[in-house]
Amino acid sequence: MRFVDEYRDAEKARALAAKIAALCEPGRHYKFMEVCGGHTHTIYKHGLEDYLPESVSLVHGPGCPVCVIPMGRVDDAIALAEQPDVIMTSFGDMMRVPGGRGSFFDSSAAGTDIRMVYSPLDALKVARQNPDKHVIFMAIGMETTAPSTAMTVLRAAAEGIENFSIFCNHVMIVPAIKAILDSPDLRLDGFIGPGHVSTVIGCRPYEFIASEYGKPIVTAGFEPLDILQSVYMLLQQLAEGRCEVENQYSRVVPWQGNTVALRAVGEVMELRPFFEWRGLGFISHSALQVRERYAAFDAERRFAIPGVRVADPKACQCGEVLKGVLKPWECKVFGTACTPEMPIGTCMVSSEGACAAYYNFGRFSRQRVREVTIEASRA
Amino acid sequence: MCLGIPGEVIEILPDQPDLARVDVSGVKRAINIGLLTDDPPVPGDWILIHVGFALSKIDEQEAKAAMDFLISIGQAYEDEIAALLESRIDERQ
Repeated sequence: MRFVDEYRDAEKARALAAKIAALCEPGRHYKFMEVCGGHTHTIYKHGLEDYLPESVSLVHGPGCPVCVIPMGRVDDAIALAEQPDVIMTSFGDMMRVPGGRGSFFDSSAAGTDIRMVYSPLDALKVARQNPDKHVIFMAIGMETTAPSTAMTVLRAAAEGIENFSIFCNHVMIVPAIKAILDSPDLRLDGFIGPGHVSTVIGCRPYEFIASEYGKPIVTAGFEPLDILQSVYMLLQQLAEGRCEVENQYSRVVPWQGNTVALRAVGEVMELRPFFEWRGLGFISHSALQVRERYAAFDAERRFAIPGVRVADPKACQCGEVLKGVLKPWECKVFGTACTPEMPIGTCMVSSEGACAAYYNFGRFSRQRVREVTIEASRA
Repeated sequence: MCLGIPGEVIEILPDQPDLARVDVSGVKRAINIGLLTDDPPVPGDWILIHVGFALSKIDEQEAKAAMDFLISIGQAYEDEIAALLESRIDERQ
């Protein structure tokens, strides 16, 4: 059955590809950014670029929350873990992310108590079970994850738990998209909007992309056909001279988002004046911090944090990859000095990172293309 | 942690109404449904789970599509499921 489905999907993909090619203006090149790391995965895994005409290219955006955490924040988190009687808790994705002084795994091997959790609620449970310790949750993630952290803080407050706080590193994708649009490095023709982020924030926050920057954006699902359909919708807008926010993923994404989730985040957190993104630098109003009234749950208020800025290793070009200026394989250390086993940069650590996705899937199809090209040139 | 995992609601926990017992790939786990209070799920509904919280209700077809996507990405999905299976958010102690 599965094979039949796959066959049908391939047929549909080819039909969509033909419609996409028909919409392309001769001589024009189109560059669309897929903002979300999940989309990057689908594109590489299914070799979707092979379905697109040469005049359409997809570039990868900064939508991987692990990838954009600057090294200094990892060092700050390790400094927190080194405080006496502290248990640090973190999603597994963060464990291998290198800071200036190593990763969580390195710190844990050196004797700190850093535990992997699946949910911030698991971190809260660690706090309940260890009343003589202070439990910190390394809160990372974009708009998708911030509500879960906020709900956990609200639960901790309701239960009167006093030995729990969060180290808040929640970032927001919308200001990052704006920073990319303001950057002179890259000319984009439109965006494939994130899927899960949009289930929380809805589609309205993207309206400035169309109205102020004149670029179309289509919120997309994660299936290969979803991505191709979104590219088709973007090209259709451009062909008709329209610039709008469209929702290809309406079967999951409500236009107004999840208002309960947005209220929870608004109750517990507020915008930071600015926050450093790896590769993108400081972006104003692009991250969240704990509000004063929940100060008891804010690790940054409860502990002294070094707050040192750490420059990325010189060889690392994650910044260019995150901005879509470089493709993963164009980075000098990709696949040689930097691999998923021994990562230098964050894009190679996270499963959502463009480099890890390309390393695991994309390089094979690219190799095939290269082999075919070499064969053809020999013939 | 960025992944959304589909699951089918089995029951709402009577003593903790913000939690639901959910079947995820044949394994039952407690999932927080506090973000869906505007449109609470009932047994038989499918939900998209993110770090222990139900983020949205989905239909069965979308649940299947989401699961196909997850299986296709391999290791990251296996890691996420392994982490979810370790999770015990319903136990108060």
